[in-house]
Amino acid sequence: MTLITVENLSVRYGANTVLRHVDMAVEAGEIVTIVGPNGSGKTSLLRAIIGATKPSAGQISLKPGLKIGYVPQKLHIDPTLPISVERFMRLTDRVSKKQCEESLEIAGVPDLMTRQMSQLSGGQFQRVLLARALMNRPDVLLLDEATQGLDQPGSAAFYHQIEKVRRETGCAIVMISHELHVVMSASDRVICLNGHVCCEGSPAVVASAPEYRALFGSGTGGALALYRHDHDHDHDNCETSQEAAE
Amino acid sequence: MLDDFMTRATLAGIGVAFAAAPLGCFVVWRRMAYFGDATAHAAILGVALSLTFQVSVFAGALAVALAMALTVTMLSGRGYAMDTLLGVLAHSALAFGLVAVSFLSGVRIDLMAYLFGDILAVSRTDLIVIWGGAALVVALITWRWSHLLTATLNEELAYASGFNPKREQLILTLALAVTVAVAIKVVGVLLIAAMLIIPAAASRSLARSPESMALIAAAIGTFSSAAGLRAAYVFDTPAGPSIVCVAAILFACLSLIGWQSRNGSKHN
Repeated sequence: MTLITVENLSVRYGANTVLRHVDMAVEAGEIVTIVGPNGSGKTSLLRAIIGATKPSAGQISLKPGLKIGYVPQKLHIDPTLPISVERFMRLTDRVSKKQCEESLEIAGVPDLMTRQMSQLSGGQFQRVLLARALMNRPDVLLLDEATQGLDQPGSAAFYHQIEKVRRETGCAIVMISHELHVVMSASDRVICLNGHVCCEGSPAVVASAPEYRALFGSGTGGALALYRHDHDHDHDNCETSQEAAE
Repeated sequence: MLDDFMTRATLAGIGVAFAAAPLGCFVVWRRMAYFGDATAHAAILGVALSLTFQVSVFAGALAVALAMALTVTMLSGRGYAMDTLLGVLAHSALAFGLVAVSFLSGVRIDLMAYLFGDILAVSRTDLIVIWGGAALVVALITWRWSHLLTATLNEELAYASGFNPKREQLILTLALAVTVAVAIKVVGVLLIAAMLIIPAAASRSLARSPESMALIAAAIGTFSSAAGLRAAYVFDTPAGPSIVCVAAILFACLSLIGWQSRNGSKHN
């Protein structure tokens, strides 16, 4: 079952086109990872899906009644704002205390309910964001570089948690990530974005396919190529401007 | 009871404190202190216009404050940095307002009364306007409380929860304009931002939740109004500034206590 369908999406900020002619779909229960260089439109794509950015062309259709959980890239809580984890979790959704505790449990941080948000470590903070996104039992979870600011073991543990969440709740996951091991191991599908969709497919199949080398061409092969491929290559049928990548 | 000018003044001060408390918290959380200043300074232009066209000062100030707030919201993120933009608009509005007032021949108005407030001259009608405005602001913010908080935390979280944070921003803007308009009589355009920010900032070290911060801010504002007026009466000082002075002293004391208890707990 298709949850999200993006057709021919273009997004423009003023004269700057950040996304053009993007097509993608998210199926129930799959993990899709979006990779791409800075300014390649990854965040704009997620913002367009949640309705925060208006497309300049194309359309996005969501399955009727689709519940989206969203974990933002960074969430800065001003130190002057006192708010406990429980209050933060229950801010917009009408949920019981028990649901709150369950969500925190799934996210791997039980017993944080009464803590102040400002007292949490980076890893705890991201997990609380994850717990909050999970609370209304979403059909799809969107994560925008959710491990920014976490160290290697921290982000590895975080993505392990994401996989576990998918196993336990069956929700689809769309994430933007720079983390190579996630791209190669956890994802069902990888979409490489650079203003347009450069390539996509299952990471394992793509990595061993000859087309893959043709596309990424850096010769290192395997996982690293996917991570380090160049973005200044030409495509015969796309004219992505370099401005869009800046 | 309302025959006594001190009683009316105290009630007016409390009214403003109640509107300013929850709004002031958002001003502090969202770092829009300068935004409050700009809106307030613009109100002096509203005063001049309303005297020219012989409409109520409240209506004139409200209209111009609202126009100013909307202009700032519209212009933000289009070239200039926010603080530059606000610096230009706030002081220009104040300057144009002062020049406009000087054109008013025939009417001799006491400019000081609008710059620093004239709380001792609050009439019964003023009281109705102040309390009406305050009730509107408190109702508006209470109604949108969760949404306003979410939008303050993160714009994308708001969109993902299915509402538009821009609309919430607009509600705050509207509440700010109303608060400015009702507070002119009490503390004047130059000190309105102080009534917004100081009680909210002072309450931070005592508060454990957003709601308690707003309530404590209201209590601090109320106390400052009452004590400031009393001090003004005893020492024969200007009322509006005296109120702000009391709030500032409370802020200093509470910050010191908060700082000490934080440092103390670190050593344990």
